[in-house]
Amino acid sequence: MIETLKEIAAAAPSSSRPVVASLTSVDKNYGDVRALCAVDFQVRAGEVVALLGPNGAGKTTAVKLLLGLLQPNRGKVRVFGGDPVNPENRMRTGAMLQVAKVPETLRVREHIDLFSSYYPMPMPAQEVLATAGLENLSDRKFGDLSGGQKQRVLFALAICGDPDLLFLDEPSVGLDVEARRMLWNEIRELVLRGKTVLLTTHYLQEADALANRIAVINRGRIIAEGTPAEIKAQTAGKKIRCVTALPNSVLRQIPGITEVKQDREAVELHTGQAELVVRELLQRDSKLTGLEVTSAGLEEAFLALTQDAPRVREQEN
Amino acid sequence: MSTATILLTDAQLARSPGHTAMIYLKEAKYEFLKNLRLRMYTASVLSFPIMFYLLFGLVLNAKEAIGVTRVPTYLIATYGTFGVMGASLFGTAAGLSSDRGLGWLQVKRASPMPPFAYFAAKVITSMIFSMIIVLTLFALGFTAGAVRMPISEFARLLGTLVAGSLPFSAMGLALGYFTGPNSAPATINLIYLPMSFCSGLWVPFMFLPKIVKQIALVLPPFHLSQLALGIVGAGNHDAASTHWEVLLAFTMICLGVARIGFQRDQEKMYG
Repeated sequence: MIETLKEIAAAAPSSSRPVVASLTSVDKNYGDVRALCAVDFQVRAGEVVALLGPNGAGKTTAVKLLLGLLQPNRGKVRVFGGDPVNPENRMRTGAMLQVAKVPETLRVREHIDLFSSYYPMPMPAQEVLATAGLENLSDRKFGDLSGGQKQRVLFALAICGDPDLLFLDEPSVGLDVEARRMLWNEIRELVLRGKTVLLTTHYLQEADALANRIAVINRGRIIAEGTPAEIKAQTAGKKIRCVTALPNSVLRQIPGITEVKQDREAVELHTGQAELVVRELLQRDSKLTGLEVTSAGLEEAFLALTQDAPRVREQEN
Repeated sequence: MSTATILLTDAQLARSPGHTAMIYLKEAKYEFLKNLRLRMYTASVLSFPIMFYLLFGLVLNAKEAIGVTRVPTYLIATYGTFGVMGASLFGTAAGLSSDRGLGWLQVKRASPMPPFAYFAAKVITSMIFSMIIVLTLFALGFTAGAVRMPISEFARLLGTLVAGSLPFSAMGLALGYFTGPNSAPATINLIYLPMSFCSGLWVPFMFLPKIVKQIALVLPPFHLSQLALGIVGAGNHDAASTHWEVLLAFTMICLGVARIGFQRDQEKMYG
């Protein structure tokens, strides 16, 4: 399965835009723990790329490598064609990282003023405040803000230098639905202004809503890459749910059914040929009830992909 | 590689010296404001030496003298040293260990901040707080304790004590690299309170037990306080240069340790 995924990813029309950030055959270990393994990954100018994966998959490690906060054990990390630690590169990038504690006694506008001063051509403070939705909070001390507001300040610090390339590590963690939508709109606006964005998330919906390319990462490996539609196509097909007297062993033999899962009194069937399977089911069990057919969303695709990973690894070994 | 996204020219990316100076200034300004608003910092660092001075220097022993030096004058030198040490240790170590341990330093490092600006801001802020403490002690002594000294002597006393912030800032940087965000304040207290006592900052040096006097010889606050006392005519009879040498050596050792910590952090991050 992984092979076909890679083929599809490779066959996807490659953009002619220049690569602005890349990991090439990168391994990264923390002691004995392998955080990233043979990762090849590129971000092209003007893209929004989502690095999607469960907790501990290696997303943050990838971002920290690209920010020059970590060095790879093997492979090459490039940003704007150079080493990410170059001061010139840092002036063109902005980063939102997960932080446990930010100096709490400084006001929002003071934090922004300081970070803006690091950059050659920062955005005007008013614009930063407006973009991050902080206009009414600029005189508040950081420690007096709510969790969502704190996230917005970190976002403001990432964008205040008007950088070309933005790294957003789990930007919507701790945001409520409304705040998350607001952040999405802000990110989309930045992209309209020609910025390139790499964001990490374990919210599938977020990757689907924002990214024009998704790389699914699990256990330190990129296991699928493509447009949201392509990723969904990996597990193309439908989910059929019904209550039936047919035993699971019979269901498994029905052509077209790829997976059978018992869920309380119902069964969940995965298939690429929903119409065929439904016809067959109704013929074999006239008392079948509670029939539901849904398309496999990104969520299913994601689960299917990440659950497959251990099996693949065993095969490789 | 074609980098069509390069919108800024090299000239725009190169930072002018003026811009760099402005960053250092802002970094220091906000470090100062951050600590000034931190009640835990101001309460412990500013109020203790001032309260001690009020009580022991102005309320209780104002009419006494130690040798030829009046107590209100003598105690400006010793509580001044005590204040400088506290302001510098807490100003550097507490912030650094918390920034390191809780992720803020990474955000700073990912930004184009000149790395040295971060450390400079901490040291400058410590020196400013040191100056505030010494000036406050002097103002109290001048108004309520009839402390009088020639301007030149006062300037030397102030300059010596504020310069004395440097060894303790260096020590704070070293501590900040080897303590966690939660243990830093306790560790600082554990070091700085006994050290203050043994150096004669609370009880005048000559009243200390002999064994403590021996220990004091290797303690930097003893040497800074002797320099300050020397200016007000109450020092021991060692040459000032000896005290400066000890402080300088101590500063270098601490900076060396801090450097090891800095590199250890880099390597931990660099795996």
